[in-house]
Amino acid sequence: MELDLCLLPAHRLHAMLVKREIGAVELLQAVLRRIDEVEDRVRAYITVTREEALQQAREADRMLSRGEVASPLVGIPVALKDNLCTIGVRTTCASKILYNFVPPYDATVVRRLRDAGAVLVGKTNMDEFAMGSSTENSAFFPTRNPWDLGRVPGGSSGGSAAAVAAGEAVMALGSDTGGSIRQPAAFCGVVGLKPTYGAVSRYGLVAFASSLDQIGPITRDVEDCALLLRAIAGHDPLDTTSARFEVPDYASFLEEGLRGFRVGVPREYAGEGIDPGVRGVLMRVIGLLEQMGAVVEETTLPHTPYALPCYYLIAPAEASSNLARYDGVRYGYRTRDAEDVVDMFMKTRSEGFGPEVKRRIMLGTYALSAGYYDAYYLKALKVRTLIKGDFDRAFKDYDVLLAPTSPTCAFRLGEKTADPLQMYLSDICTLAVNLAGIPAISVPGGLAEGLPVGVQFIGRPFAEGTLLRVAYCVERRVGTFVAPLARSPAAAAARAGEGAAGRGEDG
Amino acid sequence: MLTKQEVEHVALLARLALSEEEKEMYTRQLRDILEYAARLNELDTADVPPTSHVLPLSNVFREDEVGEHLAPEEVLANAPEREGGFFKVPRIV
Repeated sequence: MELDLCLLPAHRLHAMLVKREIGAVELLQAVLRRIDEVEDRVRAYITVTREEALQQAREADRMLSRGEVASPLVGIPVALKDNLCTIGVRTTCASKILYNFVPPYDATVVRRLRDAGAVLVGKTNMDEFAMGSSTENSAFFPTRNPWDLGRVPGGSSGGSAAAVAAGEAVMALGSDTGGSIRQPAAFCGVVGLKPTYGAVSRYGLVAFASSLDQIGPITRDVEDCALLLRAIAGHDPLDTTSARFEVPDYASFLEEGLRGFRVGVPREYAGEGIDPGVRGVLMRVIGLLEQMGAVVEETTLPHTPYALPCYYLIAPAEASSNLARYDGVRYGYRTRDAEDVVDMFMKTRSEGFGPEVKRRIMLGTYALSAGYYDAYYLKALKVRTLIKGDFDRAFKDYDVLLAPTSPTCAFRLGEKTADPLQMYLSDICTLAVNLAGIPAISVPGGLAEGLPVGVQFIGRPFAEGTLLRVAYCVERRVGTFVAPLARSPAAAAARAGEGAAGRGEDG
Repeated sequence: MLTKQEVEHVALLARLALSEEEKEMYTRQLRDILEYAARLNELDTADVPPTSHVLPLSNVFREDEVGEHLAPEEVLANAPEREGGFFKVPRIV
């Protein structure tokens, strides 16, 4: 059987590229062909940068044939969420207000990928300004889940997760403010990691909630996640909140095993409101961890029920402040007719922002306004301290915590759009991690009724290596998962529109 | 309880012009969300310090040196309207 390059992880492709068994241009062309085959159904990309990518792939081939291997990412096709600034390439945040914005500079993570020799395939779809959990809030079009085209890919980094799952990119970057890397990774059967706050530079990431946002990898397997994280992590003088620390070789943690490893399962994340299929996978993973020598115990994070209301005051408050910059003066959309400058601001913003973004600006402005600041915003900041304290206490006893990534599998398009609170509940398992600023990884744990289920490991600050190590052990036992559409894109074309997807499991 | 008048006031602060339907919708939805958020009052936080930032950072100082910067033409390239080296906006006064 011919090897499908679009299904292989980057570390295997890297070995083939270095041995010159395949070329970077050949690999890119396979990915571009896959995009041609499936993109009209998946719609993972807002912009595909074919010409630029071809030039980068040719340069990668020149480097590889000279034996210059800058990094494990040389010649690897990578997709970027469309809130990461790319010099000369439109960066929209899936918003009408930035529909024509062409950044004059690269985000630090983008520059690091270029320096590593990666090939940048394009910019992926997302919920507008990363506000959402399904990618249905994109101002342009929704993205569909490669496992079942009738379902959402999750969000807000839904385009990045869907692109990796469909074979339309080998790896991708997303951003995570309340679960926006981990939840779509779980819904699409791939790996997603939210780094410790400050571990990855936010320079050039269009800001949503500055004290919560982090950029991180979405990949086919855990080893790729380690490689991509290493390429983007580390201090950056252009981001004053970026931490000074030595970036380890994350891949070196993978083989350490789990003997004596201590895993806590917070009961607040394993009980009520969790789908039976999701709980079943969680229980199987707990069994596997014990078989591999880990000690798994129930623990508690008592303030968990307050994470959602806390988050939905803090994140909109920061967003309302960050999004004040969209006024139609320096870049982006401007209304056609305005009587004066205030009228111009009001019409530009009303016409340029979608309903969810307006809702959060309104909520955040209210929470920060005179008379309500102490009652809502300050109160939420104090509760944040309590939530962080829960994790600090738990990490005195455990190396990592284990929880579902999302209470359900991928839901149907349109299922949760009518009620914002229902949509917000989709992030119930991921939000507290952002409030505490700690790292977490989602790794596929199995399938439930033919759909992927992610399990989430949560770690101490800067313990990404530990998270990758335990996720790698799970992956070794349960394997990686390939969406049916990625396995046979031609057959999927014939089934288009039916929204049908069968079971697909790989090693 | 959040009123429509408050929604109108907040919309003005946020520089959003809302339609009548939007005002009705946001009054209803924000009321639901704020009611949910009021759960936080179950917690006694009188002695709890606020966390606005998880990193133990205060001010980050550096030498005041000229670094890389964008050329004026690059800065203006995305302007909806410009005149010469300036961003152009509707009349203010």
